[in-house]
Amino acid sequence: MLPLFVRSIKFLVGGGFIFVLLIALYGTITAEKPAVTAEQEFHLHPKEDVTFSFDNPVLGKFDVAQLQRGYQVYQEVCAACHSLSLVSFRELKGLGYNDAQVKKLASDFDNHAKQPTLDPKTGDRGERGNLPSDHFPHIPYSGNGTPPDLSLITKARHGGARYVYSILTGYADQNGYKNEKGQELLREFPGAKSPPGTFFNPYFANLNIAMPKPLTSDGQVTYLDGTRATVPQMAQDVSAFLTWASEPTMETRKQTGLAVVLFLLVTTLLAFGAYRTVWAGVKH
Amino acid sequence: MATEDDPSGLENPRRRDYLTYAAVSVAGVGAVVAVLPLINSMNPSADVLAQSTTEVDVSQIEPGQAIKTSFRKQPLFVRNLTPAEIAAANAVKVSELRDPQTLAERTKEGKANWLITLGVCTHLGCVPLGAGEGEARGDFGGYFCPCHGSHYDTAARIRKGPAPKNLAVPAYKFDTDTKITVG
Amino acid sequence: MSFPWARHYEPKHPLMQWVDERLPLPRFVYNAIGAGYPVPRNLNYWWNFGVLAGVVLVIQIVTGIVLAMHFHSSGAEAFNSVNGGIMRDVNGGWFLRFAHANGASMFFVVLYIHMFRGLYYGSYKAPREMVWLLGVVIFLLTMATAFMGYVLPWGQMSFWGAQVITGFFSAIPVVGEWIRVWLLGGYAPDDATLNRFFSLHYLLPFVIVGAVILHIWALHIPGSSNPTGVEVKGEQDTVPFHPYYTAKDGFGLGVFMVIYTALIFFAPDLLGHPDNYIPANGLSTPAHIVPEWYFWPFYAILRAFTADFILPAKLWGVLAMFGSILILFFLPWLDKSPVRSGNYRPLYRLSFWVLIVDVLVLGFCGGSPAEPLYVMLSQIAAAYYFAHFLIIVPIISRIETPKPLPGSITEAVLGKSA
Repeated sequence: MLPLFVRSIKFLVGGGFIFVLLIALYGTITAEKPAVTAEQEFHLHPKEDVTFSFDNPVLGKFDVAQLQRGYQVYQEVCAACHSLSLVSFRELKGLGYNDAQVKKLASDFDNHAKQPTLDPKTGDRGERGNLPSDHFPHIPYSGNGTPPDLSLITKARHGGARYVYSILTGYADQNGYKNEKGQELLREFPGAKSPPGTFFNPYFANLNIAMPKPLTSDGQVTYLDGTRATVPQMAQDVSAFLTWASEPTMETRKQTGLAVVLFLLVTTLLAFGAYRTVWAGVKH
Repeated sequence: MATEDDPSGLENPRRRDYLTYAAVSVAGVGAVVAVLPLINSMNPSADVLAQSTTEVDVSQIEPGQAIKTSFRKQPLFVRNLTPAEIAAANAVKVSELRDPQTLAERTKEGKANWLITLGVCTHLGCVPLGAGEGEARGDFGGYFCPCHGSHYDTAARIRKGPAPKNLAVPAYKFDTDTKITVG
Repeated sequence: MSFPWARHYEPKHPLMQWVDERLPLPRFVYNAIGAGYPVPRNLNYWWNFGVLAGVVLVIQIVTGIVLAMHFHSSGAEAFNSVNGGIMRDVNGGWFLRFAHANGASMFFVVLYIHMFRGLYYGSYKAPREMVWLLGVVIFLLTMATAFMGYVLPWGQMSFWGAQVITGFFSAIPVVGEWIRVWLLGGYAPDDATLNRFFSLHYLLPFVIVGAVILHIWALHIPGSSNPTGVEVKGEQDTVPFHPYYTAKDGFGLGVFMVIYTALIFFAPDLLGHPDNYIPANGLSTPAHIVPEWYFWPFYAILRAFTADFILPAKLWGVLAMFGSILILFFLPWLDKSPVRSGNYRPLYRLSFWVLIVDVLVLGFCGGSPAEPLYVMLSQIAAAYYFAHFLIIVPIISRIETPKPLPGSITEAVLGKSA
């Protein structure tokens, strides 16, 4: 028999941890409730009232015409500040463009930024035009805030395409802004007034985004396919395009998955039959 | 199977059953198919395949000189042949060559002085000498591969040594008289 | 050791005889997972998960080796080589990456079920203590491997995960800060950290394979446990592993693969965190850092310790978090009940289900922001976790009156009449 002390170690250790936890619990209960913040009361989750062709996790596909419109919005509006550096121009073939069109799109992008070059002999830095084999060039930005790279934006934010759509369409006038409970923002939280150089957007985590409203008016982009370019339409199109940019292989993934899962279901059924056959007559 | 003597059925499991065969075969097919993406992932990736073209400015290459540049991560020789070198290349009897080709077949019409080849020895892939300033050009005045002693002539055709073929000529075109796009 | 009625390997083909005399590997396999291994006939589906864990380990190693061919382990390139190169340019790279990332999650799903099965059926008890101890070693190695793998894509969660986890060690008095800097190879996670984590992430799975072989070896000495917890008494209690359990495991593997591939192809980012799609930035911490879901219960225990008491709260948290796993090493000696299976232990069974709920609550709290309500919940749940293993189970094992056990496995299966 082990000495009593050794046998009681478990109770001492367990009791010790529990005791310290109870002290901590007491501390948590008696602590002052942290003040409610403006973010807690006014931050909104991405809008749910917009649908995308790729919503269905198994059957959803991209709408190629929408992706082309979305690229147009990116190219004409977003690309003034936002890079797309993980994407290559050649991948735009996934938007239904042919080689010649991709080449044109690549060189058209020269007006935003070009590919940096370095002469190994002289050390001179220069630029050359964009080619289909290039990645989208880094877009320099010197203003207020840090525009994130958009290559993975719909994967890097909760809500994905809906988040992007909500941000683009979610700007509001801060004066007199009320939440669902009817609280008025600036009355409840006078300190929440947007600092200079930022803009009120309840879909942004801290309510104040450094990006000025990018899609300001209907017809800001003239769609080549004649679709009416309302602000929600442009926002939805560019959100779809950025979803494609985040994962150009999405359609392949879903189609492959359907075949793989169906195959495995059949295999599993057969395996179940084999299992029953092997065990037939053996009670277990 | 369960029988009178063996109620548990342990002695005679129904192993030879079509269902079992089917399950094992289908699972086997699945396992083999699952290996394919692993193998395929080792093929050149899209960014490697997209390194499509290389532009070369040949305005600085004097007759008799050559430069070494790169095309798809392989060395590329661009050589401005002298009239004497062209004549030497044309004097060879094509039928006696290991890999019969004329200089005209290996250059563009009207640009017979521009010899553009990959700098990859067709023996085992070393980079032959002869493109750089002062490098050995071998017994035939073209290129010489130091690894195993292959000699190429002024049309970069194999003349002596273990290499089986002439230095490869990539697809290229003259954009202007001084600018070439390879690939 | 094996049961006297175990079938003997008798190679019929002269070639197999020739091999057997020189390298008896086929004999070894036959005795390990073939017809030469007699297994209780009454194993239920919960016993599928050991084999499944082995399969997932192989899947992880195979996909990992191929992914390593495309990965660049430098701070400047790691993120792009994963999210640009592998996900976009490498042929089928997206599949390999999603299979590997979700494979880690499935590994833990399978491991946790396997461990809780062992807990419920008392598989850790004599004479299988060594099987259990090796299992806990495998669990620890797997956690280390998973953590280091999660750092490799070098996103925000990777970076801050490395920062926080290595920060645990700085809680150690005197040498803690030095250990942290040594682990990182710098003052913050950087190239040195990424490279060593990559090296170890590649190495550890093979160490796990070694530990798994020992785990199975140790299992084969007494043979598998079973849902009644009654030891095998005779040949009628067992069936040969092959074809009986190969067939059953084959079916279980099919079901597993359907779930796993559905996750890969239809919801590959479901279990990941969006912030890891943002490149690592040492100057900006994400608002809400959480580890991967499989660490949430332990993360909750870590965060539950918010009060200084003799030792600083941070050290308590780290001690408790490691302690919560180390306790498992002592479990065979904490639970003294001679009855193995929870089926015949009413009180233990009750405490088992409370523990399941407790761990789920801890997991939920660990994945939630550190708000007062969740902190309180995790403090209560963490206290119960320690109480369960160190107080409740030892006491139950003394005072409990178990239900009558069946005379044998066969009796339990066929009823008394047989």
